Amino acid sequence: MAFVKLRDIAQTRSGDKGNMVNIGVFAPNPAIYQTFLKKLTPERVKEHFTGIVEGEVIRYELPNILALNFVCKEALAGGGSASLRLDNLGKCFGANLMRLELDVDDSILQNLRK
Amino acid sequence: MKTVRIGAAQGFYGDSIEAAVATAAKGNVQYLCFDALAELTMAILVKDKRKNEQAGYTKDLPLQMKALLPFVREKGIKLLTNAGGINPLGAQQEILKVAREMGMSGLKVAVVSGDNVLDRIHEFLEKGYPLNHLETGENITTVQDRLEFANAYIGAQPIVEALRAGADIVVTGRTTDTAQFLAPLIYEYGWKEDEWDQLASGIFMGHLLECSAQSTGGNFSGNWKEIEGFDKMGYPIAEVVENGEFIISKVEDQGGLVTVDTVKEQMLYEIHDPSAYITPDVIVDLTGVHLENIGPNQVKVSGVKGKPRTDSLKVVMGYEDGYAAQVIVGFAWPDALQKAKKVDEIIRTQLERYRWNYEEVRTDYLGYNSLSGPLAFQPEQELNEVYLRMAVKAKTKQEAARFSRLFPPLALNGPPTMSGFTGNSSPRSLLGMWSTLIPRDEVESHVKVDVLEV
Repeated sequence: MAFVKLRDIAQTRSGDKGNMVNIGVFAPNPAIYQTFLKKLTPERVKEHFTGIVEGEVIRYELPNILALNFVCKEALAGGGSASLRLDNLGKCFGANLMRLELDVDDSILQNLRK
Repeated sequence: MKTVRIGAAQGFYGDSIEAAVATAAKGNVQYLCFDALAELTMAILVKDKRKNEQAGYTKDLPLQMKALLPFVREKGIKLLTNAGGINPLGAQQEILKVAREMGMSGLKVAVVSGDNVLDRIHEFLEKGYPLNHLETGENITTVQDRLEFANAYIGAQPIVEALRAGADIVVTGRTTDTAQFLAPLIYEYGWKEDEWDQLASGIFMGHLLECSAQSTGGNFSGNWKEIEGFDKMGYPIAEVVENGEFIISKVEDQGGLVTVDTVKEQMLYEIHDPSAYITPDVIVDLTGVHLENIGPNQVKVSGVKGKPRTDSLKVVMGYEDGYAAQVIVGFAWPDALQKAKKVDEIIRTQLERYRWNYEEVRTDYLGYNSLSGPLAFQPEQELNEVYLRMAVKAKTKQEAARFSRLFPPLALNGPPTMSGFTGNSSPRSLLGMWSTLIPRDEVESHVKVDVLEV
């Protein structure tokens, strides 16, 4: 097992709708997708965004493109046009999720480097 | 086999027209589709119209028309845009004016109106529609007297009607972003109102195209350093066949990259439940979508499924929600962050002493945590410099405006090196968003299509 940041094993993109933000997280292969399914839980994402996301986090699964979609409620301190935040449109939530660390099997990481 | 080629022309109000011109010249497209509107854009257009009754559509519309009308004339490319915003009839007149100035004739310009329901809110409430907030369930009475705009999101059908009437250009108010892209396919292939899979595929194609370069390498979170030509990005082009499947590409000598990796990021952009992306035309299910690299800068998309559309339409309203003011000041090493934090403390002490009770006071440190908040890493070395940014939210413009006056004296009175003061910008008004649902018929019975010719 090794701790790696999502930055090294995932693509992400985020965007806003009202006071909600969604974050697409994309795995490069099925093994890492399986790791995400087990370890990248909505609870884990909610905990990661403590102090930023006030509401519930819901996770949707897209095995067809090896992706998870996280919908974060009450995430923008009021929503795009009412928020004092500099990232008022939630564009940086994906990048901020890339800071999260997961423990991943060494064999999975070795395959990725090949 | 018949194909329809559609190019993305605009991703938002303020986008560059260069890519659309390149696609018109070299992309072999029959349609160019624009998404000019966002929640924030409607608020900007409302303010424009308040100052000038003729305004209220996007101001870059005449420039876009000047650049693209020659291609409409020479190649028969049709232009579909929701640039009408809060004043679609005004936008139609503007397009006609540009066409006349360019000496064009025989050009048909259609307008779709009826999405603006601001004057009908009272009528809706009297009919017993609650108009509660979709996210919070709150009652609309809390904001009803502060509404600035209210528009229903309408679908592709009126745009199709305009195309059937022979329109070369269709301008609308708040049709959905994706409706501009679906409409030509319904028109070309005669898809029926219950051919859900095809309609869903057309909407998904529009979803991939509506944010311009976001599916051709823009905003790419993967190996973005590999993307070439950020200075002249190509916008996506879709080639669609009758069963709804399509191939995404771009003009070859424009910048960007079209691969499964760049396209899939856009696939989930601003999507919530991927098995039920609700639009006025169809509910789209993305859980069976298949993306495939079939050549350089070519991605094939298949497997989109559709479900019957809902009986209601979404209405988005904006309401006046106070004012915000912000100040940015910089501090140099040594102790840059501590100095900035000290000034934050000083300002908050003064606010308390003067009893200026703002609804919210927010502090960020630019170059340290302004885009990451509590997630920021502790800097390993002392920062070279830090900018303090403080922002407040107030009920009135006056209360917001006086906030910035607290800062200049601290250049002499406060911790050393306060610099880079960017001046007192005037407060900006904040806008709350109110999303709700309304029965489809209430809106659609008021939608109108009018065609004029030069």
